[in-house]
Amino acid sequence: MADIQISNLVKTYPGGSERATDDVSLSIQDGEFTVLLGPSGCGKTTLLRMIAGLELPDSGSISIGGRDVTYLPPNKRNLSMVFQSYAVFPHRKVRYNIGFGLRMAKMPADEIERKVRWAADLLQLSPYLDRLPANLSGGQRQRVAVARAIVMDADVLLMDEPLSNLDALLRLTFRSELKKIVQDLGTTTVYVTHDQSEALSLGDQVAIMRKGRIAQLGDPLDVYDAPADRFVGGFIGSPPMNFMDAAVSHDGGTLMLGEQQLMAPSILRSFAGKDVLLGVRAENVTVSNQRSSGDVAATVLVVEPMGSTILLTVEVDGHTLKVQAPPTFKTAPHQTIWLGFAPNTMRVYDRETSMALEAK
Amino acid sequence: MSTTVDTTPIARQKRNRFLLQAACIAVSLFMLIPIYLISLAALSTRDSLNKFPLSLLPTDLSVETLNAFLGSTGIFGALGNSLIVGLGTLLLAALIGVPAGYALARYSFRGKDPYQLFLLFTRALPIVVLSVPLARLFLTVDIYDTTYAVILLHTALALPTTILISASVFLSVPVDVEEAARLFGCSPLGAFGRVVLPMALPGLAAASIFTFVMSWNEVLGASILTLDHRTLPAQVLSSLSDSPLAYRFAGGFALVIPSIIFIALMRRYLTNMWGSTIR
Repeated sequence: MADIQISNLVKTYPGGSERATDDVSLSIQDGEFTVLLGPSGCGKTTLLRMIAGLELPDSGSISIGGRDVTYLPPNKRNLSMVFQSYAVFPHRKVRYNIGFGLRMAKMPADEIERKVRWAADLLQLSPYLDRLPANLSGGQRQRVAVARAIVMDADVLLMDEPLSNLDALLRLTFRSELKKIVQDLGTTTVYVTHDQSEALSLGDQVAIMRKGRIAQLGDPLDVYDAPADRFVGGFIGSPPMNFMDAAVSHDGGTLMLGEQQLMAPSILRSFAGKDVLLGVRAENVTVSNQRSSGDVAATVLVVEPMGSTILLTVEVDGHTLKVQAPPTFKTAPHQTIWLGFAPNTMRVYDRETSMALEAK
Repeated sequence: MSTTVDTTPIARQKRNRFLLQAACIAVSLFMLIPIYLISLAALSTRDSLNKFPLSLLPTDLSVETLNAFLGSTGIFGALGNSLIVGLGTLLLAALIGVPAGYALARYSFRGKDPYQLFLLFTRALPIVVLSVPLARLFLTVDIYDTTYAVILLHTALALPTTILISASVFLSVPVDVEEAARLFGCSPLGAFGRVVLPMALPGLAAASIFTFVMSWNEVLGASILTLDHRTLPAQVLSSLSDSPLAYRFAGGFALVIPSIIFIALMRRYLTNMWGSTIR
């Protein structure tokens, strides 16, 4: 177990003009579960591969447990990894696959056997130890890959989208199982995913990446509640955060949404008269058929019952919003409904830079 | 109300399956009948070959003809030479060709495409055109009329296919698996030996069958480069015109059998090695 310090990491792939990672610095505490989250091509996998030693950076440094590993080969870093494609060895039985790293580390045979049994037990692979991977299902192969990684007692556990090849139901069950296993191990973990729900559910801290840079780093709730910019808000959450153009009134007390008025959050006192971007999450908007004071009128476009809630697509002042209503809520397209916004759940962003506005 | 079921799609499927079977049988017969006939002739007595009508069933088998063939001068040595050349070529071609194929599959380097094209040039030249200058060269370095000379020629001929086949074989081994081996403690060479090579073995076996059979059957270059240390086909060819019919059949039989045995031995590497074919 060890901490990871990444500083100013730059990587450009040969033949590529854009930087895959652009001066990335990241600090990961001992035992922390860090998720690298972002759309494809954002550099998250490149960053993970550089920690693994499978790619070498152009400049910058990586140190694990205080030891500089920037240009060390992968087998000298004391890591283990779970690959997206499982990457189990097809020509060897499950038993050999799980014990592979231990065998390479020249551990005594009885010790290997003991650890393989422990991992197989943990991941419910015991009946399959003498099978070849070809005779396992996808989910079982992924379990083999995880077992192979956790027997290692490595300093750092790396995971590259380990759940993305599983079907939806299996992904959900294995996700919580994985979380428990990693929690019990207490190993420092770096986990790459493009699935925001995975990131929020697994991570101690989440690094949202975009175009080779870290757009926001924080614990999952922070990242969800207070996205640092429009990109993060639009990427995290399902449905994503709603954004509307708004203007702060001259006294800073109200927000103008076209012709309609809203109570402004207190931080906007210092931005009186400014044009801003208002961000609000679907579940923070109350929906009603009757008008109460401070409400905003909206026209219903689409009604989608989701079981536990109803997802409404509505229009306010030319902006399309997604809001949630209780399952008992009755409405239909073209009807007018009333939306209530709580000032403390509103986030405001600079319209030019898309960055969150902080109270001055 | 009962609906009439249209069975034409199933009937068509049945017919197609039947036609496929028929085609397979036709192709197999095309390959097998000559082998059967030559085996029959080689295993018949000299007298029964001259009988009319010729019996198409193995009625009187004997090893007399074959014994006479194997007993004639030079044949036994030539058989040995052929084996040495075939296996030597296989080994040398694998030693050079497999790493080259690996490099083609895993690394991008300047001149990769021209290199691949250039590889095929060796096969573009007729063997005679290659062999005559080679014979001169081998005379000056004093390896003319040795099995080494033939091995070198055959390796040159086999390398393009060995390299290109093994490159495509290595392409089919996922990079992830190799990276996983590296991450779990293997050196680059260790990852290759423990993981990549075993996974590539079926494909490489196919390439080596190709090499061996090519070397076993190659006659022109071997005839030009050797006098006393001929390979079997070269030996048979040189004595073919002035030998009895039985000798020719026995010679043909001796040429066919070893490559069939070799293919049979390697076959299991070609298909189902680990319960599933390689991707």
